Amino acid sequence: MKKTIFMDYQSTTPVDKRVLDAMAPYFTEVYGNPSSRNHQFGWEAEDAVKASRETVATAIGAKESEIIFTSGATESNNLAIFGVAEMYREKGNHIITCATEHNAVLDPCETLEKRGYKVTRLIPQADGIIDLSDLEKAITSETILVSIMYVNNEIGVIQPIAEIGKICRARGVLFHTDATQAVGKIPVCVEKDSIDLLSMSSHKFYGPKGVGALYVRRRNPRVRLSPLVHGGGQERGMRSGTLNVPGIVGMAKALELCLQEMPEETVRLNNLRNRFETQVMGALDYCFINGNRDRRIAGNTNISFAYVEGEGLMMAMPEIAVSSGSACTSSSLEPSHVLKALGVKDELAHSSIRFGFGRFSTEEEVDFAASKVVLAVKRLRELSPLYEMVMEGIDLSTVKWTDHH
Amino acid sequence: MAYSEKLLDHYNNPRNVGSLDKAATNVGTGLVGAPECGDVMKLQIQIEGDTIVDAKFRTYGCGSAIASSSLATEWLKGKTVSEALSIKNTDIVQELDLPPVKIHCSVLAEDAIKAALEDIRQKQAGNQQE
Repeated sequence: MKKTIFMDYQSTTPVDKRVLDAMAPYFTEVYGNPSSRNHQFGWEAEDAVKASRETVATAIGAKESEIIFTSGATESNNLAIFGVAEMYREKGNHIITCATEHNAVLDPCETLEKRGYKVTRLIPQADGIIDLSDLEKAITSETILVSIMYVNNEIGVIQPIAEIGKICRARGVLFHTDATQAVGKIPVCVEKDSIDLLSMSSHKFYGPKGVGALYVRRRNPRVRLSPLVHGGGQERGMRSGTLNVPGIVGMAKALELCLQEMPEETVRLNNLRNRFETQVMGALDYCFINGNRDRRIAGNTNISFAYVEGEGLMMAMPEIAVSSGSACTSSSLEPSHVLKALGVKDELAHSSIRFGFGRFSTEEEVDFAASKVVLAVKRLRELSPLYEMVMEGIDLSTVKWTDHH
Repeated sequence: MAYSEKLLDHYNNPRNVGSLDKAATNVGTGLVGAPECGDVMKLQIQIEGDTIVDAKFRTYGCGSAIASSSLATEWLKGKTVSEALSIKNTDIVQELDLPPVKIHCSVLAEDAIKAALEDIRQKQAGNQQE
C-alpha cells in the first residue's frame, strides 16, 4: 500500500505517462514557436498545435477554429466573462450565474458588479441542481450572458446543460459553461448542448498543469470577445502570448485517452464510488451525502459526517489525501459556499469531506480508505461533545452556544 | 501547514478525554464555541478545597482545537483555582506552536477554562447562600 492514497482527483490529477511521452519531444526537439511562419522549427510546432486543436475541438463537438488555448480554466472563465461583458456592454449589463460556481466565475462576476454590471446568482435546489424556471425568470432584456458550470467541483452534480442552452438560445443570450470537471469525464457536445463558450483545464483530466482552453462559438451565433491579454495577436487576437506547445500537445493527448477509455472508466469509477459509500455509510450513523445522488459524475462523493469537524477528520486519516468544506482548511473561517447554497447547515458544511476517485484508484485503496474513514470518525465522535449530547438525547438546536468568531 | 510534534502528540493521544458529573457541586463545566463556527469545547474540572484534582474535555473541532483543550486539561490538574485563572491563550499558542490562523483555538481553550471556573464559583456561591 502506498504511503498516502490520493483521493483528491477534483483538485488535480497526475499526468498520465502516455501523455508525458507525447509531450517530451516538444521540449527539446520540436521547440519552435508556432508563430514563426518562415522556418521549419515554427512549422513543426504549428503542425503539432493544429493537430492538438483538432483533437480538443472534436472532443467537444466543436470546430478547430473555435478553440482558444489558455493557461487553464481560471483564465478561460475570466476571458469568457470579462470578454463578453466588455464586448456586449452596449447590448446589456446583466449576467446570470449560480451561487455554487467556482470562484473563477464568481469573482469575475463580483468584479463586474463593482464596475456597474448587474449579476444574478441563482440559488440551486437542495440537491445542487438549478431550477430552470428560476433561470427563465431571471433573464431580462439586459441579460448578455448566462454562466452555469457543467459539473460542480465539490459535490459532482451535473447541471441540465442542454436545457439551459436551449433556454439561452431561445432568449438570445450567450451561454458560457465552466466544464472543468466535466470534460474528459462525461460526453460533452457544444452543438447538442447549445453552448456558446466553454472552459476546460488539462490537469483535471491527466494532462499537464498550466494549460487549458476556451471554446468560442463562431457560427449561430458568432461570439466576439474583448481580449484580456494583449500582444502578438495569437489565438485570433483573443489571447496573445506564445503558445505552450508541449502543454497543448499534452492536453490533447490526455483528452484523447479520456475519450477512448470513458465508457469503461465511468463504470469502474461508479463501482468504486458506490463501494466506498456503501462501506462508509453502512458503518456510521449521522452521515449525509451532499448533492443529487443520481445526477452526478462517477468519481466524486461529498459526505457530511455530523458531529466531527472536517479538518480534524482529515488530520485523523493522514493516509488519505482528500479535501474538506470546513472553514478550517481556509483562512476565511467560512465553510463551503457550495454547501451553504444548497442549504446545508453550517455545522454539517464544516463536517464535510470530498472524496475523489480516478484513473489510478483501486478497489484495494478504496477499501483501505473506507476503513480509515470509519475508524477516524468513530474516534473523533468519542472526542465530540456534540455526539455525546446527541447520544444523551439533547436537541443541539436548543443549546445556547457562545459565538467567538 | 506543518504542525508541531507537541500538537500532533496531543491530537493523536489526547489526554483526559471524557466527562465528569456536571451535577456535582465540586465540578465546573465550561461549554464554549458553536457548531456552526466549526468548534465546540466542553471542559470540566473537579476541585477539592482550592485545588483542581481532575479535568476532562471533549472537543468538536480541528486538530488545533482538540490539542489545545487536551493541553489545557493537562495543565489544570493540580493547579489552584487562582493559578488556573492565570493560564493565557498565548501560553497555549507557545506550547503547541500554533500557526496564526489557529490562534482562535487557543482563545477558545482559555474561554473554556474560564467558563468552567466560573461555573464552579457560581455553584459554590449558591451553596453558601443556602
